[in-house]
Amino acid sequence: MNWEEKISQKVRHIPPSGIRKFFDIVNEMEDAISLGVGEPDFVTPWNIREASIHSIEKGMTYYTSNWGMLELREMISRYLLERFDISYDPKDEVLVTIGASEGIDLALRSIIEPGDEVVVPDPSYVSYMPCITMAGGVTVPIVCTAEDDFKLKPEALKEKLTDKTKALILPYPNNPTGGMMNREDLLAVADVIRDTGIIVISDEIYAELTYEGNHTSFASIPGMKDRTIVLNGFSKAFAMTGWRLGYAAANKTFINAMVKIHQYTMLCAPIMSQVAGLEALRSGFEDDFKSVRDMVNEYNHRRRVILKGFRDMGLECFEPLGAFYVFPSIEKTGMTSEEFCERLLMEEKVAVVPGNAFGESGEGFIRCSYACSMENINEALNRIGNFVKKYM
Amino acid sequence: MGSRVNEILEILSKNSKLTSTEIATMLDMEPQEVEEIIRELEEQNVIVRYNTLINWDKTDKERVTALIEVKVTPQRDQGFDSIAERIYKFPEVKSVYLMSGPYDLCVIVEGKTMKDVASFVSQRLSVLDPVLSTATHFILKPYKIGGVILEDDEKDGRQVITL
Repeated sequence: MNWEEKISQKVRHIPPSGIRKFFDIVNEMEDAISLGVGEPDFVTPWNIREASIHSIEKGMTYYTSNWGMLELREMISRYLLERFDISYDPKDEVLVTIGASEGIDLALRSIIEPGDEVVVPDPSYVSYMPCITMAGGVTVPIVCTAEDDFKLKPEALKEKLTDKTKALILPYPNNPTGGMMNREDLLAVADVIRDTGIIVISDEIYAELTYEGNHTSFASIPGMKDRTIVLNGFSKAFAMTGWRLGYAAANKTFINAMVKIHQYTMLCAPIMSQVAGLEALRSGFEDDFKSVRDMVNEYNHRRRVILKGFRDMGLECFEPLGAFYVFPSIEKTGMTSEEFCERLLMEEKVAVVPGNAFGESGEGFIRCSYACSMENINEALNRIGNFVKKYM
Repeated sequence: MGSRVNEILEILSKNSKLTSTEIATMLDMEPQEVEEIIRELEEQNVIVRYNTLINWDKTDKERVTALIEVKVTPQRDQGFDSIAERIYKFPEVKSVYLMSGPYDLCVIVEGKTMKDVASFVSQRLSVLDPVLSTATHFILKPYKIGGVILEDDEKDGRQVITL
């Protein structure tokens, strides 16, 4: 039996991850340094881990409400109001998800009809396009360039809108570019869609990790809250990737629809993770999120070191304003992104991610994560410097 | 400026080997500016010394450390300062703290052997006039010193590439 034929067309047509081969090589390689890691190198703060351990000891091993524990939703609601000036009713406008990743899937599946178009800035995080495809929609990428600081420009957006445009994904601060959209930028986007019925899915998972000015949520732009589904989570802000804990905030119609899917596919987020999330926010309010600030400070030091490192090599590099990636252009080496990454790995044992993994406009760039120790950053910069010198 | 100074101090307190050029890059400053601030901090004795944290248990050097609770009579006009001074001037004494609670001075003493420490306590410390009593506790094993866990078993288990 050819089981491959039994796999659904939709799934078969999702291209395999472009980084699998690098992954396998690095894994076998001794003394390789990886700047390819898309998660914090900090461990979840001890008080958060301790609270979760305690809950397990107390026997909190049951399901929670489909929406997530009310206490946690109340904390999330307070957090969104105090940090980003957006107000949601914890009872029916907040849903606790299995990471922001589940939120992306739920939001798209809740709103997409077959053939609906979803506009996505390119380059962007890898999961939007497959999730749109699986929901039956069509991805419409919008090229964002280094010259525009990788922002979504209103003119470019206007050009891509059709009568089939159902939604816009706003992934800022952006993985992989580190680009951000400030208030003016968001206002300009709002003006383009104000008279349309376009829904905005705002993926704000890196909202806490900003270095030049605070994050502005699209939902805080006047008149935009009602059409916006805000996605966020604990992974990046509290170094809690493995807990798989995120949340969605939106009007109750959207959240209700998302809960319908969530209740039959996930039931609820794991209670031990929810307890951990509760402690993360509780302690955060107590010390005004000092541990988050300390972490951001530390990332900021590394960001400046790695940015200077690439610029000193003679590579053009946009100054990332958020997240923990730099996205230098490797055009001057004459190599494609994949060629560059493969040869860098074989010749200098440094793993970075080819920019085209994040969309066609990522071609000519590489993504380097600075969520690793300063020693590794410095050593990696030395090695990449040697490599670049040979080919430039 | 104050926050810059604190940032430099925070960075140096974790790694005093960093050069002023490296610190300047981390803080987006000019190297000369960083040098100037560090020189001032050294002059003001804010930066007292550049130390290295060593886990002596991993070396073959023999040494014991004891924490000694000392009760003393404060001196007229000088409070605890003069007796503290008479104690901290002994080279065997590594640290001295004035404490709240049931005893007055916490004295950390280092010696080669337990006998060394015992003889220091009986022959040098407890014979001082203002010293009323001492209680000596030997330190068996250090786990965490100055914010650093000595045997950190939390390995980086992250996948090498994630998007």
